[in-house]
Amino acid sequence: MKSVVEELERRRADARLGGGVKRIDAQHKRGKLTARERIDLLMDENSFEEFDMYVEHRCTEFGMETTKIPGDGVVTGWGTINGRVVYVFAKDFTVFGGSLSKSHAEKMTKIQDMALKNRAPIIGLFDAGGARIQEGVDALGGYGEVFTRNVLASGVIPQISVIMGPCAGGDVYSPAMTDFIFMVRDTSYMFVTGPDVVKTVTNETVTAEELGGAKVHTSKSSIADNAYENDLEALLQMRRLMDFLPSNNLDGVPELPTADPADRIEASLNTLIPTNPNTPYDIKELIVKTVDEGDFFEIQENFAGNIVTGFARLEGRTVGIVANQPMVLAGVLDSDASRKGARFVRFCDCFEIPLVTFVDVPGFLPGTAQEYGGLIKHGAKLLFAYTEATVPKITVITRKAYGGAYDVMSSKHIRGDVNYAWPTAEIAVMGAKGAAEILYRSELGDPAKIQKRIDEYQARFANPFVAAERGYIDEVIVPANTRKRICRALNMLRNKTLENPWKKHDNIPL
Amino acid sequence: MFKKILIANRGEIACRVIKTAKAMGIRTVAVYSDADRDALHVEMADEAVHIGPPPAAESYLIADKIIAACKETGAEAVHPGYGFLSERESFCAALKKAGIIFIGPNPKAIAAMGDKIESKKAAAKAKVSTVPGHLGEISDAKHAVKIAGEIGYPVMIKASAGGGGKGMRVAHSAAECEEGFELARSEAKSSFGDDRIFIEKFIVNPRHIEIQVMGDKHGNIIYLGERECSIQRRNQKVIEEAPSPLLDEKTRKAMGEQAVALARAVDYDSAGTVEFVAGQDRSFFFLEMNTRLQVEHPVTELVTGIDLVEQMIRVAAGEKLAIKQSDVKLNGWAVESRIYAEDPYRNFLPSIGRLVRYRPPAEGTKDGVTVRNDTGVFDGGEISMFYDPMIAKLVTHAPTREQAIDAQAEALDAFLIDGIQHNIPFLAALMQHPRWRSGELSTGFIAEEYPDGFLAREPEGEEARVLAAVAASMDHLHNVRRRKITQQMEGPGVAFAKRRVTHIGSNSLHIEVVGQDPEAFEIRFLNDDGSMIGKPVAVTSTWWPGQSVWQGTFDGKSVSVLVRPLLNGVSLSYRGIQAPVYVYTEREAELAALMPEKVVADMSKFLLCPMPGLVKDIHVSLGQSVQAGDSLAVVEAMKMENTLRAERDGVVKSLNAKPGDSLAVDEVILEFE
Repeated sequence: MKSVVEELERRRADARLGGGVKRIDAQHKRGKLTARERIDLLMDENSFEEFDMYVEHRCTEFGMETTKIPGDGVVTGWGTINGRVVYVFAKDFTVFGGSLSKSHAEKMTKIQDMALKNRAPIIGLFDAGGARIQEGVDALGGYGEVFTRNVLASGVIPQISVIMGPCAGGDVYSPAMTDFIFMVRDTSYMFVTGPDVVKTVTNETVTAEELGGAKVHTSKSSIADNAYENDLEALLQMRRLMDFLPSNNLDGVPELPTADPADRIEASLNTLIPTNPNTPYDIKELIVKTVDEGDFFEIQENFAGNIVTGFARLEGRTVGIVANQPMVLAGVLDSDASRKGARFVRFCDCFEIPLVTFVDVPGFLPGTAQEYGGLIKHGAKLLFAYTEATVPKITVITRKAYGGAYDVMSSKHIRGDVNYAWPTAEIAVMGAKGAAEILYRSELGDPAKIQKRIDEYQARFANPFVAAERGYIDEVIVPANTRKRICRALNMLRNKTLENPWKKHDNIPL
Repeated sequence: MFKKILIANRGEIACRVIKTAKAMGIRTVAVYSDADRDALHVEMADEAVHIGPPPAAESYLIADKIIAACKETGAEAVHPGYGFLSERESFCAALKKAGIIFIGPNPKAIAAMGDKIESKKAAAKAKVSTVPGHLGEISDAKHAVKIAGEIGYPVMIKASAGGGGKGMRVAHSAAECEEGFELARSEAKSSFGDDRIFIEKFIVNPRHIEIQVMGDKHGNIIYLGERECSIQRRNQKVIEEAPSPLLDEKTRKAMGEQAVALARAVDYDSAGTVEFVAGQDRSFFFLEMNTRLQVEHPVTELVTGIDLVEQMIRVAAGEKLAIKQSDVKLNGWAVESRIYAEDPYRNFLPSIGRLVRYRPPAEGTKDGVTVRNDTGVFDGGEISMFYDPMIAKLVTHAPTREQAIDAQAEALDAFLIDGIQHNIPFLAALMQHPRWRSGELSTGFIAEEYPDGFLAREPEGEEARVLAAVAASMDHLHNVRRRKITQQMEGPGVAFAKRRVTHIGSNSLHIEVVGQDPEAFEIRFLNDDGSMIGKPVAVTSTWWPGQSVWQGTFDGKSVSVLVRPLLNGVSLSYRGIQAPVYVYTEREAELAALMPEKVVADMSKFLLCPMPGLVKDIHVSLGQSVQAGDSLAVVEAMKMENTLRAERDGVVKSLNAKPGDSLAVDEVILEFE
């Protein structure tokens, strides 16, 4: 027995060394951790159980039969994050550059199958060179198997991808089909084709960082949901994120005990809205002061800042927050903001996370750039997502709710459950000036007359009461009581039951 | 007694007066400009009258509007506070004409003390000690040396028309005097076109000490001890205290009696302050008299137990002073800090905007220590560009100076202000300054001790240990709680190692937190090999996650620390230090050491567009030198105009955008040299 245990320990030690000390040092020199170090940071201490540690590739082409390293470039297994089961695979750049072989893909799909079957989230840590060229079509087949499982698991268990090194070619499509992608600044990049191919095909000269670095993907392409300074920061934030997320689409949100009183009054919110309607204010102040302990996990912070999305808790239970941000483009809805909001709303609906929406929206953004860019269908995505969502939906209108954007932002008409307005709310087809200028076009030449018309319109519609009189607003609330009101409303909606008609799936305007 | 008074002021002093009036059963009327529509003084008063647009010259400074407000509301008297109309003889006279009582001294007293030369003459006449000097013309250098010899060295040679330090010379000897006189004269001539020179005694390391006097309309005048206000920054008082650590009983009495003599000479009949400059040898010389309530009056109130505003109102109503000189007893020590909306790290540049968080420490008296906070703002209020940037006056009182300073330090540590920059870090650091604590003050204190301005510093020694312990106990609480999340796997549950490595600034401390009680822990500081350093330290606190002030004890001593969240860590503020603190497990710390240090790209030379928008205006031109705070450009986004200001001084090197340009986020608008 002793010798068998010794043999086991020897093989484990061998496997854990991955590509060897030299390659580990090189990895560290690049500012990156190894796959197993990353898992150490991600999981509860001593909770990770590795599977398939001894798997090796079976390729015999191009001399591969002579170089075999146990693990074959990916570390897979399961563990816990604050006691909750999570599956993980982490590409091991020290072994064949983390490239994907047939057996490598098999390790991944095994873990994907287990995660789906056992209804627990899966996290992928990417740092790899793509397909293992020597294996050719076997590698492509492996990719396909991985993609299929990504799709089948979508909406059943949360799937998270963290890009912590290169991620190119076939490797990008698995993350692309997961719920969230996070990146590490300066050490990670993602693209379908790299700078060399770009140069050959389009004659563009571009660096990897410019083509697919964290900055590009968090602020321009919106491929990534956030970026972090280094591996440690990223992985600790993943632990924080997992505390917000349900394990699957049936269990509901996790609950974290809090001492933050549900009836906490925030007097300072009474003065949040500036006297001048054209002065911006920071909607994140409202979010942070409303949610438990001011703890807000923002998603896509650096993209389409005119809408703010992210996770928070109320009375210990996760909610998804969507809010127009007056600080950026006055909080207008444009194509980017609509897509960003829609994707977030759909994630929340998939996983039974109630939605809290703060509205201060002057409308949709006009212009050829927007119309040519497909604003109609992008805007429709947000409208569609909100409308189909069956989770509890609470809406608070703080200031402007103008035009079609009013309808879109979780209004009563698209099945908002509880819709509040602050006394400063203005629910109208458009701003008073615009409305008066259309209604009284003939008086445009007379500034005094038109000003009178503007004032009339302002007095009649720039308040929440016209909408409240029609029941489009359930109650006008004092800003200081916003937290208390939302908490109570969410409790009231705990047993909400609403089902959409049976369908194979809907046809959201993609 | 009056039934209703109007307070012709705003901010903390208006609130302060309203408080006393309320306690006396007097109804109050506030006045406000457009900028103060939602101000605290308006909220607190029984009535409020709008008096015009935000600039003071169009509202708070217009006597007619105040008088009209009195008539409209039936206010019988006006308390002017300080500043604005408080020392205007004409306002006083106009009120009198309108049959309204001015809660302050008679107009003659204001006039007599308002003029620098007149007041000096009155002081000399009343035998008040004035700075020895020669006010007449000096013919030549020889004459100057003769006069200087009579006054005694060192002397100050000054241009009569001078100002701003120009034409000023200090001479320690006859030779220096001769040379200095010639230089000062030629400088005076070239700078001011007026070569008249005068000479007076130069006081080395002067201190600012002032006497509070109180008179009534029946000829009674008393003094209420002194205040020392030597801690000043560019002639602006920063910290005041009562009594003064310099004075002995004899000097106090001499100063008090001279102050009363001066007040008597002008028939003074309200609260007033006689300011002196004092030498380290307790010599003292009259500077000027302020015929109003001083900003720093609370320190006197706390050591005498007398409400000065109440006394002002009573004597204005014609009552006799109920307090005799022999009743005035100075009890304990009081310290006041002026909290200003200015950035101590950027040369005290004013900062305006929304008070996203304003949470002063708890007021009241506990175990012989009193905390008082006079303010005119509130959580969610605003610091406006139109008025004085003072946010609050934080005053503490205790039996001894040391205790009052300790109380002040802790109260500052627990004072939370977010949304604007403020000088609390500077004040909190000052409270720990050994020279301040020793009482060896002079008006040059700040210039001498902070020659390069106020610089952020790293926590060290005991401060680092306190912050590490606070962060580790918070982290421990978080960990205990995270382990209670629902949806966990069945089984024994997750164990977590107790050892932590606390990264605090560039230090790291190894710590073990022991204890299950969420309100009391034992903290062990460890060597690298795991052995304990010293004894375990008891830490208690009722803090829970989300609270922004951690209050508790460290080794029995009471501690307050401000907590602001960071990614994976906290930013802690304590005693003027602000430090990011990260608490790691040993494994995390080991791997953290492998993380690359990143060089932050220096973008400070560029003005970047903060949002996608249209450039409306560029306020600077090529080669122009700008100062921190100057407006550089206006960017319009969705009809909102955002003014971009210079972060620091510099010269414009290139303009990369022009009005009419549409810019994306982070596009360069201009570059500095």
